[in-house]
Amino acid sequence: MSSVIKAIPDAVAPPRLEWRVASVVDARDETPRAKTLVLDVPQWPGHRAGQHVDVRLVAEDGYQGQRSYSIASPPEDETVTLTVERLADGEVSPYLVELRPGDGLELRGPIGGHFVWNVAVGGPLLLVGGGSGVVPLMAMLRHYARADAAARAAVPVRLLYSARTADDVFYRAELAQLADQPLVDVVFTFTRGAPPAWTGYRRRIDRAMVEAVSWSPAAAPRAYVCGPTSLVESVATLLVDLGHAASLVRTERFGPTG
Amino acid sequence: MADQPFIARGFRRRSPATGDAPRVPPGQYETKDFPVLSAGPTPRTPLSTWDFTIRDTDGRAARWSWDEFQKLPRDNPTVDIHCVTKWSKLGTRWEGVSVDTLLAAAAAQGAGTGPFALAFCDGGYTTNLSLADVTGGKAWVAFGYDGAALPPEHGGPARLLVPHLYFWKSAKWVRGLQFLLSDQPGFWEQLGYHDRGDPWREQRYQGDP
Amino acid sequence: MQIEELRLDGNAVGGILREVFTHEMTNVLATCVGCGSKGRIAELLQYAHPMGVVLRCPTCDRAEVRIVRTSTFYCVDIAGVQLLMTPESVSPATGE
Repeated sequence: MSSVIKAIPDAVAPPRLEWRVASVVDARDETPRAKTLVLDVPQWPGHRAGQHVDVRLVAEDGYQGQRSYSIASPPEDETVTLTVERLADGEVSPYLVELRPGDGLELRGPIGGHFVWNVAVGGPLLLVGGGSGVVPLMAMLRHYARADAAARAAVPVRLLYSARTADDVFYRAELAQLADQPLVDVVFTFTRGAPPAWTGYRRRIDRAMVEAVSWSPAAAPRAYVCGPTSLVESVATLLVDLGHAASLVRTERFGPTG
Repeated sequence: MADQPFIARGFRRRSPATGDAPRVPPGQYETKDFPVLSAGPTPRTPLSTWDFTIRDTDGRAARWSWDEFQKLPRDNPTVDIHCVTKWSKLGTRWEGVSVDTLLAAAAAQGAGTGPFALAFCDGGYTTNLSLADVTGGKAWVAFGYDGAALPPEHGGPARLLVPHLYFWKSAKWVRGLQFLLSDQPGFWEQLGYHDRGDPWREQRYQGDP
Repeated sequence: MQIEELRLDGNAVGGILREVFTHEMTNVLATCVGCGSKGRIAELLQYAHPMGVVLRCPTCDRAEVRIVRTSTFYCVDIAGVQLLMTPESVSPATGE
C-alpha cells in the first residue's frame, strides 16, 4: 500500500512566541541619544531581516511597560542586536539605554511576516528610512552584505535615509563602507542641520527626491519604507503616485517620533 | 517559562502618584497631561452640518443644530476625570449643556427617555449609560475645555462628559443619545469593558462587581 | 499633535496577534466587510489605544479587528473582516 503524505512546511507553524530573558552582551553608543544593544537570547529560533521583538519591563510593583524594537542584526548573526533611541518623555527607552553587559532583558520574537526581505526575494531594493526607521532596513542591508557575490550582483540596493542632523545618523561608518560596494547607494537628507560643506539634500523627503533616488516603475523595485508615520505615509503615497505598484511597497509606521 | 516574572531592576512608572489621595480612585495615579487617545481617525464635522439628537424608545426625537445648541443654558463644571488606563486628571474645566437641560427641552418637544441610553458619535463610536448616570447633574454635552473651544483631538465640536464614570464613557464627537429599553453594550463594552464603569468601585471589566 | 500622526499599522501588533491566533498574522490577507478592499493585516491602520487594539481598513476606516486583553481574558472581534486568507505558500525563499 502506498500513501502520499503531504508535508506541511515548517514555516506554517512558527515556534511558540514566548517571553525569554536575554542577556546583554554589549552596549555601545550609536549616537549621543541612541544605544546599540547586543543580546544573547536563549533558544533564539533565528529571524528574517525586517522583523522585530517585543520588549517587556516589569517593575517591582508589577507595573509593566512593553515596546516593540526592530532587529538591527542580520539573520546570519548568532546574537540579536537592537538600536534604541532615548525619547525625552519615554518610559522604556531611558531604561534600555542604561543597560550594561550582564543585565537581563525580557523579550519575545521574532515577530513579523510582511515587512521582511531576504536576498532571494530579489530587487532592485529601495529602502527609505526616517530616524530610527533605518533599523529594520539596516538588518536588510547587513543581510545583503553577507550574501555571496552572485546573489549580491543580482540586486542593486539604494537607501534613502532622512535624519535630523549628522549626529543623529545610526551606523554611519558601516553605511559608508556598504556604499563602497558597486551596487549599493546610500543617500542622506538632513532635515534640521547638515554637516559643514554638505552638498547633498537638506530637506524633508519629497516627490522630487523620491523620483531622483528611486528606479523607475518599469524596473519594479521592491520598496520598504519605515520611520515616523507622517514620513512613511507621504513616501508610500509618492511612490504610488509615481507609478509604482502598491503591492511592491511595504510600510512600517513607528508613530509620531519614529 | 518562569512562573515568576523577570523584574527589570530599577524600572518604574514614569509619573508616580503624588496627587490629592482622596480625590484619586483606587488603582489610579494623577497626571498633569491630557493624553490624546483615539481608536480611529478624527472626524471633522463642520458646525454647519452638526446636530445633536435625543431619541426616545418610541422613536420620537428632538434635535438641535449647532446654533440652537449654543442658545441653550450652559454650565461651567470643574471636575476630576478618571481613565480606565489608570490616569486621573483633577480639576478639569469645561463648558457645556447639562444633559438634564437637554432632556427637559426634549420633553417639551415630545421626546422622552428610557431606562438606558446609547451615546452615538461621528466615526461610529458608541457607549452605553443608564438614565440614572446621565441625569441629576452628572452629565453634560461639552464644547469648551480649559477656556477655549474643545479641540477635535479631544472630541470637538462636542463630547459627552460623565466624570463620575471612567472616561471612556465621556464619548468624543458625540451626536446624540438613543434611549433604549435594555442595556446595549457600546464599542468597548462589547469587548469586555464594564457596562457601568464606576472608578470608585473599580468597575473596569465585565464581571467586576 | 494630530491623531493621524500617532497611528501605526498592523506590524506593530504582530505580538498580540500571535498570542490570539498562534500564527504569524501580519502577512495574512483580510477582506474588509465594509468596502471589500483586500490587504495584508500589516497594512491595516492601528490607532494605538491603551484600552485595546483596533485595526481599521485604510480605505474606509471600518474597524476590521478589535482585541482587548486583560489578565483574565481575551476578547476578539473580527466581524469587520469578511475573509482571512493565509499566503499561498510560506516559503523562506520568497520571504512571504
